[in-house]
Amino acid sequence: MAGDDIIEMQVMSEWLRVCRLDEIPRQGARVVELDGTRVAVFRTAEDEIHALEDRCPHKGGPLSQGIVFDRRVACPLHGWLIRLDTGHACSPDEGCARRYRTKLDNAEVYVAPDA
Amino acid sequence: MNRMKLVMIGNGMAGVRTLEELRKYAPDLYDITVFGAEPHGNYNRILLSPVLSGEMTLPEIMLNDLDWYRDNRITLHAGKTVVRIDRIHRVVIAEDGTEAEYDRLLIATGSSPFILPVPGKELPGVISYRDIADTEMMIEAAKTHQHAVVIGAGLLGLEAANGLALRGMNVTVVHLMPWIMERQLDREAADMLQASLEKKGLRFLLEKQTAELVQGESGRVCAIKFKDGDSIPADVVVMAAGIRPNIDLAKAAGLHCNRGVVVNDTMQTFDPRVYAVGECVEHRGIAYGLVAPLFEQAKVCANHLANFGIARYEGSVVSTKLKVTGIDVFSAGDFSDKDAEEIVLHDRQGGVYKRILVKDDRIVGSVLYGDTVDGSWYFQLMKDRQDVHEVRDHLMFGQNHLGDAGHKGETHAAAMPDSAQVCGCNGVCKGDIVKAIKSHGLFSLDDVRKHTKASSSCGSCTGLVEQILASCVGGAYQPADSKSKPMCGCTDHTHEEVREAIRKNKWLSIPEVQQGMAWRAPNGCASCRPALNYYLISTWPHQAKDDPQSRFINERAHANIQKDGSYSVVPRMWGGLTTPQELRAIADAAEKYEVPTIKVTGGQRIDLLGVKKEDLPRVWADFAAAGMVSGHAYGKSLRTVKTCVGAEHCRFGTQLSMSMGVKLEKMLFGMWSPHKVKLAVSGCPRNCAEAGIKDVGVIGVDGGYELYVAGNGGIKTDVAQFLCKVSSDDEVLEYSAAFLQLYREEARYLDRTVHYVHRVGLDYIKGRVVDDAVNRKALYERLLYAVQDYKDPWAERAEGADKHEFTPIRFHRKGAMTNEQAQPA
Repeated sequence: MAGDDIIEMQVMSEWLRVCRLDEIPRQGARVVELDGTRVAVFRTAEDEIHALEDRCPHKGGPLSQGIVFDRRVACPLHGWLIRLDTGHACSPDEGCARRYRTKLDNAEVYVAPDA
Repeated sequence: MNRMKLVMIGNGMAGVRTLEELRKYAPDLYDITVFGAEPHGNYNRILLSPVLSGEMTLPEIMLNDLDWYRDNRITLHAGKTVVRIDRIHRVVIAEDGTEAEYDRLLIATGSSPFILPVPGKELPGVISYRDIADTEMMIEAAKTHQHAVVIGAGLLGLEAANGLALRGMNVTVVHLMPWIMERQLDREAADMLQASLEKKGLRFLLEKQTAELVQGESGRVCAIKFKDGDSIPADVVVMAAGIRPNIDLAKAAGLHCNRGVVVNDTMQTFDPRVYAVGECVEHRGIAYGLVAPLFEQAKVCANHLANFGIARYEGSVVSTKLKVTGIDVFSAGDFSDKDAEEIVLHDRQGGVYKRILVKDDRIVGSVLYGDTVDGSWYFQLMKDRQDVHEVRDHLMFGQNHLGDAGHKGETHAAAMPDSAQVCGCNGVCKGDIVKAIKSHGLFSLDDVRKHTKASSSCGSCTGLVEQILASCVGGAYQPADSKSKPMCGCTDHTHEEVREAIRKNKWLSIPEVQQGMAWRAPNGCASCRPALNYYLISTWPHQAKDDPQSRFINERAHANIQKDGSYSVVPRMWGGLTTPQELRAIADAAEKYEVPTIKVTGGQRIDLLGVKKEDLPRVWADFAAAGMVSGHAYGKSLRTVKTCVGAEHCRFGTQLSMSMGVKLEKMLFGMWSPHKVKLAVSGCPRNCAEAGIKDVGVIGVDGGYELYVAGNGGIKTDVAQFLCKVSSDDEVLEYSAAFLQLYREEARYLDRTVHYVHRVGLDYIKGRVVDDAVNRKALYERLLYAVQDYKDPWAERAEGADKHEFTPIRFHRKGAMTNEQAQPA
């Protein structure tokens, strides 16, 4: 399914299977759209999965497009660093991106749509 | 886990900075106990002067309050003076009997004011100027007394005098030497400084030696008597005649001391378990009394305490900045050297004095009064030992004159109102910066950038921000030595060391570099990864593995991200030439993908702005079908080759500039570089293609071409420098490519050619590219090899490469309609 342009129809459940782990590049992200809200699903170098709303708390930059390192992402617009596990901006910047729960089961990535 | 015990004696800035650095390196290695003689946490001693003058309050200058110690599980014995170190039992003992055992001991006892050995020195009303208690005592005295005398016209003495005068006292400064601040200033600057301090109400008595402090009827000091028999009234006497390292404790413990506690380059004393930092230390014969070197020491010491064992302290070059509101004075280096050549500008009426001392084409010292904006630039040149003979003519007029166009006219940071804008990119005013520096206790440019964003975008206001920083924290601000500056916080290695190691070890991937050079953060950061990726692919083209995740989004998505998250697409127009077919393809794509804005760029091509990321592959596929390729308007790579009409059509043209431009652009297509690269070719010296501000500018003349390099039309407007004259098109290609390859191989990531050439000098470039034909050919070959078989990234992605990058996965609740759904897929 991933990689197609077809709009996927599915009932929202507690956990939504979004893709296989290997469909997200290491130290990268994929965008998942939930009811029109863009959510960035990140994969760290250690294969952790984190999901944040794809909007930097600074000026709304798409976090999914940033460089991922450690448990952080650098926003592509002005370089704010956002923590993937909490959504908080790293000091001294202040702000928070909405966080979504995730789980990894049998190399499948799940996101809980209601944060 | 049984942790080692670290005890620190002294709770001042150098010591606590060491603990802070240690916390970054190895937060859990030690149980830490700190003894401080003062009953406070750690405060910013440099800012005692603004407290004295009433410009700041004590709470504002606290750097680490008591919570900080608690949060970091540090046991603080505040107000307990250590009286003995027992090195045999490895224990320190305080006045009240408190003991603490140590595995490692850090001595940071600082220094004490030197008290003149004159009769009356212990009278009430005689104070030194060192800590919070002294400052409070002066503030109290100013409320009830009238006459203050400050002995010593050094940095500290003048700041104390200024503060007391602002508190309403009549202040006289007594100095032994013929002019004030004689260790930092020459006579001219000192006289100007003295005159403006006199305008503020201070009085000066120079070449006066104190004989005695006289007791009044109240039992308090009432006058000061000099060796020549004169005397003046004094209700308060401030001793500011220098400082002495506090070494008694170390000496009594049998540690080797000279003027200070002697340490080696790892900040270790005679006893390998005992380290020392700060003003109590003597390193290679020098005891420093300014904060900046102490911070460097702290970093090295922490590195060794953390068992890293790789840092070395090799001494500091220091600069001085007086913190008296409204007065700009800067001094650095040695200006007493009789053999040095002087460059002097003196405008007595305008209140500006600048003196730069140059020896062997290097700056060895500078004194600035009135206009100090270039102080940190001179200091940087001095620290880097940079050859200045090429810029010598312009040196006096400052960095501005060399092209920094950002802040013309604003050179007097101290005189700027708080509301004046400093950083035009981020809208930061002087007041914002001052506030951040003071409230967060900032000392470095990086800190100020992080907290205020000033100077963090284009960087053109850096000099001004540095000056504001210096006027707030004085000599505690020292610009980093750019030659030994580490790549980023992940490593202590410099760009050059990393490049060399990649070459020598033939590393082909980022993890190899990070492991091979002991990167602190296992997968690096957003600043080093793109640099490493570039160094790898430029050193080992076709062999090193390009890591898309270590590239900035523009280079990963091959389009330029815009503020709303959409992208801009710029197809290449070789040499600025296009055809009806290409224009038709652009128009068709713009309509088909509903591109909101179409703009003609400065690089002679057409930009489609506002393309949705999902549409990019399809837009590219359409362009590919029309024979067009990526214009790389997004990358650290070849951008454009701008051309004029040239001899093809122009009645003045001497050379075929359009076809020359197309040849250059075709040759360099696919070249990644440390930063973006722009070229231009003009067909005659009228230079309509503006070749004078390009990385490589080619100007056709009768019988050949003139080549110019390292121009820049951006943040710093820099005129390109003449490299050489060549006679054929092939030579234009060869010389240009050789220059760019040298830049690709040697510049630091994110350096434009102008930065690189400023650093190495044009003579070096000429030596490698013009004079040495063999080397030039080798460089040319290497560049051609690096760009050969380059595949257009657009075509690859239009065919489906990196599809995950462009395609979101969509979900929505049953029944819920979204915009996307309403559109035809």
